[in-house]
Amino acid sequence: MAILVIAEHDHASLKAATRNTLAAAARLGSEVHLLVAGSNAGGAAAQGATAGAARVLLADAPQYAEQSAENLTALIVSLAGGYSHILAPASSFGKNFLPRVAAQLDVAQISDIVGIVSADTFVRPIYAGNALATVQSADAVKVISVRSTAFDAPPESAPAPVENVTATADTGLSKRLGQELTKSERPELGAAKIIVSGGRGLGSGENYKKILEPLADKLGAALGASRAAVDAGFVPNDFQVGQTGKIVAPQLYIAVGISGAIQHLAGMKDSKVIVAINKNPDEPIFQIADYGLVADLNDAVPELVAAL
Amino acid sequence: MKVLVPVKRVVDSNVKVRAKADETGVDLANVKMAMNPFDEIAVEEAVRLKEKGVATEVVVVSCGPAICQETLRTALAVGADRAILVDAGDVELQPLAVAKILKALVAKEAPQLVVAGKQAIDDDANQVGQMLAALQGWPQVTFASKVDVADGKAKVTREIDGGLETLEVPLPAVITADLRLNEPRYAKLPDVMKAKKKPLETTTPAELGVDVAPRLKTLKVSEPPKRQGGGKVADVADLVNRLKNEAKVI
Repeated sequence: MAILVIAEHDHASLKAATRNTLAAAARLGSEVHLLVAGSNAGGAAAQGATAGAARVLLADAPQYAEQSAENLTALIVSLAGGYSHILAPASSFGKNFLPRVAAQLDVAQISDIVGIVSADTFVRPIYAGNALATVQSADAVKVISVRSTAFDAPPESAPAPVENVTATADTGLSKRLGQELTKSERPELGAAKIIVSGGRGLGSGENYKKILEPLADKLGAALGASRAAVDAGFVPNDFQVGQTGKIVAPQLYIAVGISGAIQHLAGMKDSKVIVAINKNPDEPIFQIADYGLVADLNDAVPELVAAL
Repeated sequence: MKVLVPVKRVVDSNVKVRAKADETGVDLANVKMAMNPFDEIAVEEAVRLKEKGVATEVVVVSCGPAICQETLRTALAVGADRAILVDAGDVELQPLAVAKILKALVAKEAPQLVVAGKQAIDDDANQVGQMLAALQGWPQVTFASKVDVADGKAKVTREIDGGLETLEVPLPAVITADLRLNEPRYAKLPDVMKAKKKPLETTTPAELGVDVAPRLKTLKVSEPPKRQGGGKVADVADLVNRLKNEAKVI
């Protein structure tokens, strides 16, 4: 049986995490289909066609404009009969609807996999990544969310055919009243090559901006934060890197004024190179940093910006 | 309106957990336990709904061994009215099983709203709320940062990648709490004493007619690869030099 990957997209284009999920699906040994559910989502489907799937299924209807968990689940369940595995990115998009799909199919969900042992056995982090569990599923359909940082995106493929699939009826269970999206010229946190991240040591939201934005601008980096900085109101929640925020693994992660709580390390310890700047040499962040700089961030960061 | 809040007893968030040497699980001997932090936020939100006169009763549920009573008492001490322990003994409860137990309790208790934590910090599954909503055929709003309930509807702001969105769903519904929904209060000593007298009922998965047999078999639990860290640089110039010439990342 084939494998179904649910595309994360904004109708016009495919999100990077979809490609990582396709890479995981490709390792399961069967034909992979990509489902694009959206409204006027031809752009996303066209990008999906060259992302490595054998077929793209396009469900294009107004009831998928908001990508509500209720309507996406109805659609995925209507298609599930032909598939041995259903995969989605373990992003806030995938986490929202995928357990709903699993429960409707009366199967377990395997969350946030970082490794594939065989078609029924997977590796996933537990306890904030302090342990790795290898789990085996006996369910007829394996419903899996994929940690995108654990699977490298495949190269572009020759275009696969795009087929329209029948839309399911609007469940009418949920209505979007509004959206406030942060407009940013910076790269997406989950896909950035360099991340500059700030913690409680920044002291305030103003200081976070004043100190870190010039560094991020200079490096073309995304901005992140520890939970402590989010809790203190320095930055919005979607900046949060950690166990319950975003899991990232950039080429370079610069942790500024971050102590290195277990929950934060869980979100960034797979970064290729970690830099820590903190005035307290005893902070746990230094234990995992490749390059630790013990210094007052208020002096060191502007100096770094000037030196780059 | 009755609100049901599931709460889980988990390892305290400050404990660094390790896999056992024989790889059969994690070592939880003599480790400090606490209520899952997101469940504390869920309880707080339910209690606030009651204080605002929107909810009439807050019922908390915990599924697991008998010692989960402690977690229930903690929830009662911060303002929940009544508790239900679903004593599953030492059986491992996976998210689908918990969702089915909650479905059985929803049938008995008929709440209009279930507020759950978005994720437990032990298995990091992030599933139960969504699964319960699916089994009930109810709407769901995950990762909530603001909740308003009025006229049989919930208006909920949720945290999504890149910002926020606000959804309106008819009740009954399931809401899962994110970090910024509220700041949970601490229990005062007199309330801790009073909580001991609040009703706590015990049932079992068998009494509720729920099959809780695990669907996933854990073959092993191992330590993640260790990261070699601890390197220091002398100053900013040294850092820039190393990033350029040694790590070659800028």
